[in-house]
Order: sequence, then C-alpha cells, then structure tokens
Amino acid sequence: MSDKANTSPKRKFSRDSIGNTLFVAIGVSLVCSILVASAAIILKPRQLLNEEEYRQRIILDVAGLYEPGADIGALYASIEEHTTELASGEQAPVYLVMDGTQIEQVILPVEGAGLWATMYGFLAVENDGNTVRGLRFYAHGETPGLGDQVDKQAWRDQWPGKKLYGPDGEPQIEVVKGLAPDDSNYEIDGLAGATLTGRGVSIFVRHWIGEQGYGPYLKSLSEEGSQ
Amino acid sequence: MGDARKVLIDPLVDSNPVTLQVLGICSALAVTTSLLPALLMCVALTSVTALSTATISSIRNRIPNNIRIIVHMTIIASFVIVVDQVLRAYAFETSKQLSVFVGLIITNCIVLGRAEAFAMKNSPGLSFLDGLGNGLGYSAILISVATIRELFGGGTLLGYRILPLVSEGGWYEANGLMLLPPSAFFIIGLLIWAIRSWKPKQADHPDYRIHEVHRTEVV
Repeated sequence: MSDKANTSPKRKFSRDSIGNTLFVAIGVSLVCSILVASAAIILKPRQLLNEEEYRQRIILDVAGLYEPGADIGALYASIEEHTTELASGEQAPVYLVMDGTQIEQVILPVEGAGLWATMYGFLAVENDGNTVRGLRFYAHGETPGLGDQVDKQAWRDQWPGKKLYGPDGEPQIEVVKGLAPDDSNYEIDGLAGATLTGRGVSIFVRHWIGEQGYGPYLKSLSEEGSQ
Repeated sequence: MGDARKVLIDPLVDSNPVTLQVLGICSALAVTTSLLPALLMCVALTSVTALSTATISSIRNRIPNNIRIIVHMTIIASFVIVVDQVLRAYAFETSKQLSVFVGLIITNCIVLGRAEAFAMKNSPGLSFLDGLGNGLGYSAILISVATIRELFGGGTLLGYRILPLVSEGGWYEANGLMLLPPSAFFIIGLLIWAIRSWKPKQADHPDYRIHEVHRTEVV
C-alpha cells in the first residue's frame, strides 16, 4: 500500500496529499449523497403506495376480512372511515365494518411507545364496545426476535374474545409478565424477553380505550347496542 | 479470461466467504428461517458487493491511504441504502421481514473484506466479478441453509407445502428447532465439515501438536 500511484518524474501526483484527501473526501460524499437522495426521491411514491396498501391490509386483517390473494382495494372499499372527537377536541379516525345499517365492529388506530420506537397498530372491537376482535401492528421498531413477537400469530390469537373493560367500566386489559391465567378475560401472555414491549402495549392500549382516547366513543357504542 | 473465470468461480466453493473464511455468519443465522427472505438477502448482498467493489476499484488510485476505510464505508453504505429503498418499493412485504438486516449489510465483513483485499489492487472489471462471485458464494450457503430450515422447520418451500404437517392431517411433525437461530449454526457447521472433507486442503492446520513425551522423574 505504500507504493505511490503515479511515479511519473514530471508532475508528482501524491494521493496522500492534503489536497487530494480533501478532494476525494468531498467528491465521494457529494456523489454518494446525490445517489442516495435521488434513489429516495424517485422511489418515494411507490413506497408510500405500498405502505398505504399494507395499512389497509392490516385493517382488513384485524377485522378478519382479509383473504390472501384478494384485491385489497376492493375489500377495503367496504370499510367506512369516520371520525370522532376526543376529549382534547381532536378529530380521530374510526373505521367501521357495517352489517347492513348496523355497526358490526369498529377498528381503532392505537399507537404508543414500545421499547425502542413508537408502535402503530389497529384494535378491532365488537359492536358491544368491549369485546376485542384483534390487535395488529403495522409499524414498530421492537427488537427482532424478542419484541417483534407482537407480530406472531400465536400471540395475536390471544386477543380475540378478551374484554377491554372490567365490570366497573375501567380499562382492565393488560399484557402481563409471564403467562396469563387460562380463564382470564383481561390478561394476555407476556412475551419472553420483551417485558417492556408488553408493558408499553398495555399502557397505550389502556390510554386509547380510556377517557382521553376512544373510551366515550366505545361507551356510546355499547349503549346503542343494548337499546 | 482464465483470470476472470477463476475470480468468479473460486468463491463458490474453493474460497467460499462463509465456509472457508467464516464471514457474514450473523445474517446467515438471522434471515434463513425461510427461503424467500434469504433469496432477497442474497440479491441485496450480491448487488452491494459487486457494485461497491467495482466503484472502489475504479477510483483506487486516487483514494488516499489514511481515509480509505471511510471512503469504502461511504460507498458501501450508499449502495446499501439504494438497495434498501428499491426493496421497499418493489418487494415491500419481504423487506419488512428482513427488517434491519439489509441495513446491516454495511457491517458485513464480506463486503468490506473484498473492497480492502481485492478491489484496491485490481481492475474494476475483475473487481466486479470478484464481488459477484463472493456474493454468489454467500448466496449458495444462505440458500442451502434456508432450504433445509424451511423444509424441516415448516414443511414448506417458498410457502408451498412439501411435507404435509401432522397438525393439518399429514405425517410430518415439524421440527421447531429449525426455526430457531441455533439450527443455522448446526447446519453451517455441518456444511463446513462436509466441504472440508470433500476438499481437505481447506482444513485448518492445528497451531501446535501435542507430542507424546516420556515422563521423566523429577527428584
């Protein structure tokens, strides 16, 4: 490596000179940044399209309407997007699956802090405003192999049938540490090696079904259903 | 032409980056639970290695010695980002399964190793072939491991059912170990054993031998 690249006697080119070092450093950075930036910009529209389709697929999946190979756009057309006002005055989206004129189930976007990053997902609730249909995440940054088990079928299968609220109307649903008792209505098994991810999920799911979140909306839903 | 052939073919078995040099093991463990992500990872790594060695080789006479590793890393990282972006645009679902491992190609020893050991001393064309060959050598191992793991761990290949599972009324009891990272260690270990038995030249010589000595009495 110590040999000089150019040993011509006339004009000595030293690749280790300060001038050349700066030239190469700036040149390489410039060319690489242009390459990276143009790839990101050119591919952005397609990536956004993919992400939107994936989000729709997760909504369909959590509602139990997704079939592999089906046209997502066509299936998704059957879902009605509405908004509801939260306690803070913010408008928040709710996705309704209708059965004729009756609401069959509602899908609520939930998000919150996992261990490393914000987790984004959907919670499907039956029209009694209490029974869970499913919970799925479409974006999260949990540890591969540990926290990312929230995407595993076996763990997701525990959610359907669980109740969000206890008899007193307070949020009771919880991801426990270790195994949940078999007959529990409110508890979900924790994930081995991902206690903090589970704790995060408990906290933000309770937040979103609580007074500050969709709590009032779900209550109105259950009152409507019992009439 | 003989040179080019040798550079391209050698890394497939004779100087395979995974089994002979034992590089790139991390991703070989992580992305081989099923075949499809493994294939995608192979395409990603092979294109990054080939493109970055060709690029580095074409400016090798200008790269100053004291910043050469940084220059290599910048070029490799840029190609990795480009490949990652392309995967997100055209193979979205599978790229989600690969999660961080495409980004981690930057730290894959095979890529930097070829840049430093080969591309800095050879022409761009030859370096491209060398990168391609090493990428394919890595791919050969990854695909073998992924095929074994998916077939025996889930009874499927590329998602198609090959061995009917007991849980679905068939006869095959899925081997759960195959889906866990340690199984990749075992399979790679067995592969290395098989290749070194086939080509004994690859076997490492022991650093020293234990000689049998006669015990002498110390008074």
